[in-house]
Amino acid sequence: MSSYFDILMFAALPYVAVFTLLLVSIQRYRSQSFTFSSLSTQLLENKRHFWAMVPFHYGILAVFAGHLLAFLMPRAILSWNSAPMRLYLLEVTGLACAVLTLVGLIAMIVRRFTNSKLRVVSTPADVILYALLVFQVVTGIAIAVIHPWGSSWFAASLTPYLRSLFIFNPDISYIVGMPMLIKLHIINAFLVVGFFPFTRLVHILVIPNPYLWRKPQVVRWYGE
Amino acid sequence: MNVRSQISMVFHLDKCIGCHTCSIACKNIWTDRKGTDYMWWNNVETKPGTGFPALWEDQDKFKGGWEKHNGKIRLKSTGKGRIIPNIFHNPNMPSMDDYYEPWTYDYQNLFNAPEGPDQPTAKPISMVTGEYIDIESGPNWDDDLGGSPIYAANDPNLEGLTKEQRLQLMSIEQLVFFYFPRICNHCMNPACVASCPSGALYKRGEDGIVLVDQKRCRAWRSCIAACPYKKVYFNWFTGKSEKCILCFPRIETGQAPACFHSCVGRIRYLGVLLYDADRIEEVSNLPQEELIDGQRSMILDPNDSHVIENALKNGIAESTIKSAQESPVYQYVKVWKLALPPHIEYRTLPMLFYVPPMAPVMAQQKAGGLDSISENLFHDIEEARVPMKFLGNLLGGGQEGKVLYALRKEKSVRWYRRAVTVGDVDLETAERMLKEADCTVKEAQAIYELTSLCTFDQRFVIPPAHREEAIEALKDPMEHKQGTGFGFLSGPRRGL
Repeated sequence: MSSYFDILMFAALPYVAVFTLLLVSIQRYRSQSFTFSSLSTQLLENKRHFWAMVPFHYGILAVFAGHLLAFLMPRAILSWNSAPMRLYLLEVTGLACAVLTLVGLIAMIVRRFTNSKLRVVSTPADVILYALLVFQVVTGIAIAVIHPWGSSWFAASLTPYLRSLFIFNPDISYIVGMPMLIKLHIINAFLVVGFFPFTRLVHILVIPNPYLWRKPQVVRWYGE
Repeated sequence: MNVRSQISMVFHLDKCIGCHTCSIACKNIWTDRKGTDYMWWNNVETKPGTGFPALWEDQDKFKGGWEKHNGKIRLKSTGKGRIIPNIFHNPNMPSMDDYYEPWTYDYQNLFNAPEGPDQPTAKPISMVTGEYIDIESGPNWDDDLGGSPIYAANDPNLEGLTKEQRLQLMSIEQLVFFYFPRICNHCMNPACVASCPSGALYKRGEDGIVLVDQKRCRAWRSCIAACPYKKVYFNWFTGKSEKCILCFPRIETGQAPACFHSCVGRIRYLGVLLYDADRIEEVSNLPQEELIDGQRSMILDPNDSHVIENALKNGIAESTIKSAQESPVYQYVKVWKLALPPHIEYRTLPMLFYVPPMAPVMAQQKAGGLDSISENLFHDIEEARVPMKFLGNLLGGGQEGKVLYALRKEKSVRWYRRAVTVGDVDLETAERMLKEADCTVKEAQAIYELTSLCTFDQRFVIPPAHREEAIEALKDPMEHKQGTGFGFLSGPRRGL
């Protein structure tokens, strides 16, 4: 049985979040493209920067790639997991990457709030974003420990749910019976998506560019 | 031949008095904003010295510019593929400690301090945090500190000097220094542009000014590391790179850039150079000792009918070609070969050239008098207090020859003028010197006039930008009326 809470969180919130992401990102890019920046603080603090940014970014990219793979090719993941050894390998790798993310994230937060120069360039949006990310990573690690074999059950029950969202026919029956911890992880994920366009996370949207293929020199003529 | 026009510069170091007026003019116009407070798009360094940011010339440390790699050139820091693993943390980026923490003073305390036994003081306050700080360095911290064991002794250009030469530079009655004003070189082969993952940096086609598109910069920070001259700065507040814009709003309206306009010693020259853009890659890749000649050969003769024809074909305006024909920079760089590019071994092909300083050379004299005539009239140049090797490292691409050539010519012109005006040396000797220095009487007269008597209009030959015509060609000028300015509706700020 699905409560109003479940419907609101798993059938309405995802659309609100993605709609906000698209609308605000596009509008922000069109009218305020100046504000699209990673807002790097490497100039102000250059030593801890390495120990915070590198683990966090590599960790979260790996974790995100894992979620994406389970969504895109659930069958392949399930057949990979059919041998226990391979399942353990995947789970341990995922957990290690999540811990790496958490280490980087904590280093980022400590770095930011113990350095007086960095406090000056920290905004309320940064604080909210850190809170959301910490919650997301901590619940993720907790799920991996308390409800293991997520690579299998994600592919079996969350992938169909996410697909139902994509075809605009949300089927929350996969979700309603899930433990609260997993529900919170999913809800917070939608919150991150919805909050995304208001933060420095927009730098992710502007990574793809033809740098690797373009000529080294760029020349612009007036009026071009 | 792909003729391109560039507004280029000559700084005559023999005339620089180190007054920093240029730096202040620039500061007041462009970098008096939050986040840009530590930037000095124009700064004046004392040489020998460590410069700003400290040791910027040490490319083992900062990894700026290009290097040869498997027969081609590549960025020393993070070009192409190497940007991917390094994008989260740039391994070669200087931190604010390499520049300085900008500060102001607590002036209010002078008025508000409670009555007490001591005079109140205005303590320094960080312009970043607003807290009291101890000032540890500044943008011209080693100003006039020639002979300093901390600064002068650590100048990266001392590489290759003998122990005796280094000691000589430090000995108390032999102390010597000269000034080295620096702005962005607006290079032909800029490393900052080539390093930008976003493609935000670009070189303007019409005049070669290198700019950062503020709306496309995403703070990947590659340009800061890649520029070997450390002339791209990171705005710590807006999260965008900023650099010298050669006062393009002034240039487009026919005015000299602020640092040029305000120069007290009149050391700065500005004019058009035409060059062959097809040869950038080839020349950047030459062996180090051929780089200066290579770059000179790229600079085209604006009076050559073949060059003019190709320039017109490329859409370069006739007024710009005429401007190139009158360019003081062309005379100094190509015709007289007096002006040299700084550190061309970084392979960015800088378009700012320096006439090497002669004053400290001439100052070195034995007790016998100012200039004793010997068989070799140029002997004192090579015995100068500033060793040729040092100037060669700075301006000669590691070679002394080009610097020596320029200094010999400078000295022969000075000698010639002395024979003409003072008359205490005979004209015959002076003319022999000119000949030995590869100079004619006519050329000497021209060098003298452009160096000593130059008017404002001779120093700054700025071509009309023809912006109005370019606008008319594209749209109704009335429609453009709303589109002028920098295109910002609100002041730049951090994030959304």
